[in-house]
This record gives sequence, structure tokens and C-alpha cells, in this order.
Amino acid sequence: MVEALYNLFGGEGPFLYFLAITASIMAVVLPLTISVAFAVYFDRKIWAAVQMRRGPNVVGPFGLLQSFADGIKLFLKETIIPAGANKAIFLMAPMITFTLALISWAVIPFDEGMALSDLNVGVLYILAISSLGVYGIIMSGWASNSRYAFLGGLRSAAQMVSYEVSIGFVLVCVLVKVGSLNLSDVVFAQEGGVLSWHFIPFFPIFIIFFISALAETNRPPFDLPEAEAELVAGYQVEYSSMAFALFFLGEYANILLMSVVMAILFFGGWYAPIPALDFIPGFLWLFAKTAIFFWLFAMVKAFVPRYRYDQLMRLGWKVFLPLSLAFVIIYSGVMVYAGWLPSHG
Amino acid sequence: MTAIVQAAKSLLLKEFWAALVLTTKYFFRPKVTINYPYEKGPLSPRFRGEHALRRYPNGEERCIACKLCEAICPAQAITIEAEPREDGSRRTTRYDIDMTKCIYCGFCQEACPVDAIVEGPNFEFATETREELMYNKDKLLANGERWEREIAANIALDAPYR
Repeated sequence: MVEALYNLFGGEGPFLYFLAITASIMAVVLPLTISVAFAVYFDRKIWAAVQMRRGPNVVGPFGLLQSFADGIKLFLKETIIPAGANKAIFLMAPMITFTLALISWAVIPFDEGMALSDLNVGVLYILAISSLGVYGIIMSGWASNSRYAFLGGLRSAAQMVSYEVSIGFVLVCVLVKVGSLNLSDVVFAQEGGVLSWHFIPFFPIFIIFFISALAETNRPPFDLPEAEAELVAGYQVEYSSMAFALFFLGEYANILLMSVVMAILFFGGWYAPIPALDFIPGFLWLFAKTAIFFWLFAMVKAFVPRYRYDQLMRLGWKVFLPLSLAFVIIYSGVMVYAGWLPSHG
Repeated sequence: MTAIVQAAKSLLLKEFWAALVLTTKYFFRPKVTINYPYEKGPLSPRFRGEHALRRYPNGEERCIACKLCEAICPAQAITIEAEPREDGSRRTTRYDIDMTKCIYCGFCQEACPVDAIVEGPNFEFATETREELMYNKDKLLANGERWEREIAANIALDAPYR
């Protein structure tokens, strides 16, 4: 994507290259930030619709500008720093969360050749970045010097670490079939309509991945870090104004990231469900699939009751971990025995 | 066998899909909430909202400064001072209601022998400062002028039951 822009600009000199990089980063980040704002709106709308409420409908047509109004409101407010807080870390934590939520998008292939960086270890990169995401949360919890924030931060860290393990094993299964860590290659392996998408061979572990993604993004029913009934708001309890907004945006950017990763890993990325429909641009297909997963995320929030913390840990360590480990062994065993391992690489 | 069935059910998220189908049905149902600032729900004629001091049709204040409302007010939100007017009738010189204290119990309008202090149908009187909620006599009389039609209609509707 960067190279293409560089050639379009004329392809000469470091300045133009810098310009091409900046332009392509902007081309990913700006639509992403705007879609995060709309994701918040649609999340609220879907939640409201399930409860037969109307949801935000006053700001702009159908309330579409609600998130922007909220953003402006938060922007104009004062950032309150608690007296006992560690100022530097307290202010760094939301920035880290938000930055990490954005930089994972660097390796997402939106269409054939339309990734900011077509990294050969894209899947590992995403895993690494989402593990780093724990730091923002644990730092915010600790630096706030408040017991609710501290407990929330601890919970969140424990939860994200637990579920990352099973996410990792699920990814291993997919990678054994694809034979590459490159996300574009994962999509190429699913060419040829809905029947060759990965969710069919990987049906049960796809569900494990979805549930772990819910836990990984601290979404209900696993939103214990911010369980308002017990922890007020968890690690973000001391945050206000833009610092809070950064946490909020980071959270939703992570949800969108998980949706898009699921679409890429299991639902054929930018490919159309029927090869005859491939004339519609690929990124639109990816967008549609991501939207469906986001809708599922939002629906789950509306109808699943919150887990207790020990149930959450039990599900992670005693159900998902053995299951996904067993699937890794079964899949790789079958692959090796039947000689279906991909030949390249 | 039942254990296998149970395991299959939980592994395939049977309950989850059932809940998803159910909530998706509700998703498309008509909304039950009203579009509040643009639509409003019906109010009973006995609704106890913002206070108002009424006048007689000839423009004379109804309040005769008997201070029954002040005496009965459980939140002690009402303060009245009174002295005889030039024509000899008892009138208030001061009639204050602290709306931040008021609990909207309606005892004042029940106590009033001349239907002077009433709680009208208005409930949208939020203010940006606390001071604006310290109502004085002018404010209450202005409310009376503004809401007289609704208040009179409500009193007439409720009269058969009193």
C-alpha cells in the first residue's frame, strides 16, 4: 500500500516516501477512528433495540452524531488527576491503550495487497500487541492509587492473560492449515466461496475464539474489570475527559480489531461468499463481515448475563485451554497423518 | 448418554443461539419508550408538579396568608411573611418556596382553603443553578399566570372526587 502510494507520488526521494507512509497511515487511522465513533453509536443503538428502547436519536439524523457530541463534551472537560496518583504513569496508561489499539491495524489486509504492512509474522504481531494491551490497563489500575481501580486492573490483567492462551492455540490450528503467519496468506488459503472458508473445518474452535475474543476485549459477559455493580468502573474509575475517552476509543478499536481478525481468520477476509460476487470490492466484503461480528458482539452484551469471576477463570483454564490444546493436537495429528500439511514455507 | 447430550448442548452453545434468536425477535419489535422531549406521556389531573400561586378572575391574589401551607409543609420548604394591606385585607409580603427542599407531597394544596397554592402539571423546570430554585412570590404568581388554564381544568376534572 505504501509502495503503491510512493509510486503514485512519483517515487523519488525520502521526503516523498515519508509522505507516502504518512498518507497511508492516515488512510487507515482516520476511517478507523470514525468507524470507532460509529461503533459506539451502533453498540448503544443495538443494545437499546433489544430492550425495546430507542437509544440515542437526538443529535444529528437518527442520533448518528451522538458519539461526536460525546467526544466534544469529553474534550472540553477537565482531566482530573487524583492527589495520590502517579502522574506520569496515570497519564501514560490511556495513551498506551489507545496507541496499542491502533497499531494492531497496521497488519490487517483490507483487500488484496491493501495492508499497511504486509508482515510475514502478522498473526504473531497481533498476538504480541494484544498482550501488550494488558500494560495500559494494569498501569492505569495501579497508578490511580484507588482500590477499585487496582482491583479492576488486576482482574483485567488476569483475564486477558488467561484467554490469550486459548486464543493462541486456536491460532495455531489455523496456522497449521495455512502454513503461513501472514494474514494475507490466511485469506488466500480461503479462496473459492463460502465452502472453503475456515469456519467449516474449524467450527468448534471458531466458537472458542469468539468467546475468548469477548473476554480479551473485556466485553460483557466478561466485563468483570469494570463490573459497575462491584467495582464502579474498574481501572478507569479515576479517569475523566480525554483520558477516559482514549480508554473508551481503545476498547472499541479492540472490539473492531477482534471482529476483523475473526472475519480474516475464519470467514474468508475480503473474498465474496460466492466467487461470482467478486466484482464487489474486497474491502466492502471485509467491512460487511466485520459489521456482522460487531453486531454479534453488541448482541451478546444485550442478552448474556455477567459471569462471576471464578466462573470466568474456570471457563478459561479448565474448559477452553484443554479443549483448544486437544484441538491443536487432533488437527496437527490429522494433518500430518493425511499428508495435508501445506507444502510451501 | 445424557452427559454426552449435555456436553454437546453446551459445546454448541444451544442456550446462546436460543437467546440470540429471542433477542433478535425483540430487536425488530416496535419500541415501547416514548420519544420524550418531542412526545410526552399522559398526566393525571392530580399530578403534582411545579408550584403556582393563583389569582381570582378579577386579578386579586387568592392567598390570604393563613400560613396553613407553611405549617403543614413536612419539608419546611415554605416561608411566608404577611401584614395587612392598605385596604385592610391580609396579604403576604413574602411567599418563598425552596424547591430543593420540597418533596412534592401536595399537602400545601390540600391545606389551602382558597386554592391559592397549587401544584401544576409542569415538571420541566430544571435550572442550571441552585439559586434559581429558590422561588419567591413573583415567580410563583408568574407560574400561576402561565399555567392557570391547565390548573383550572385539572381542578375542575378532580372536583367530583373531592
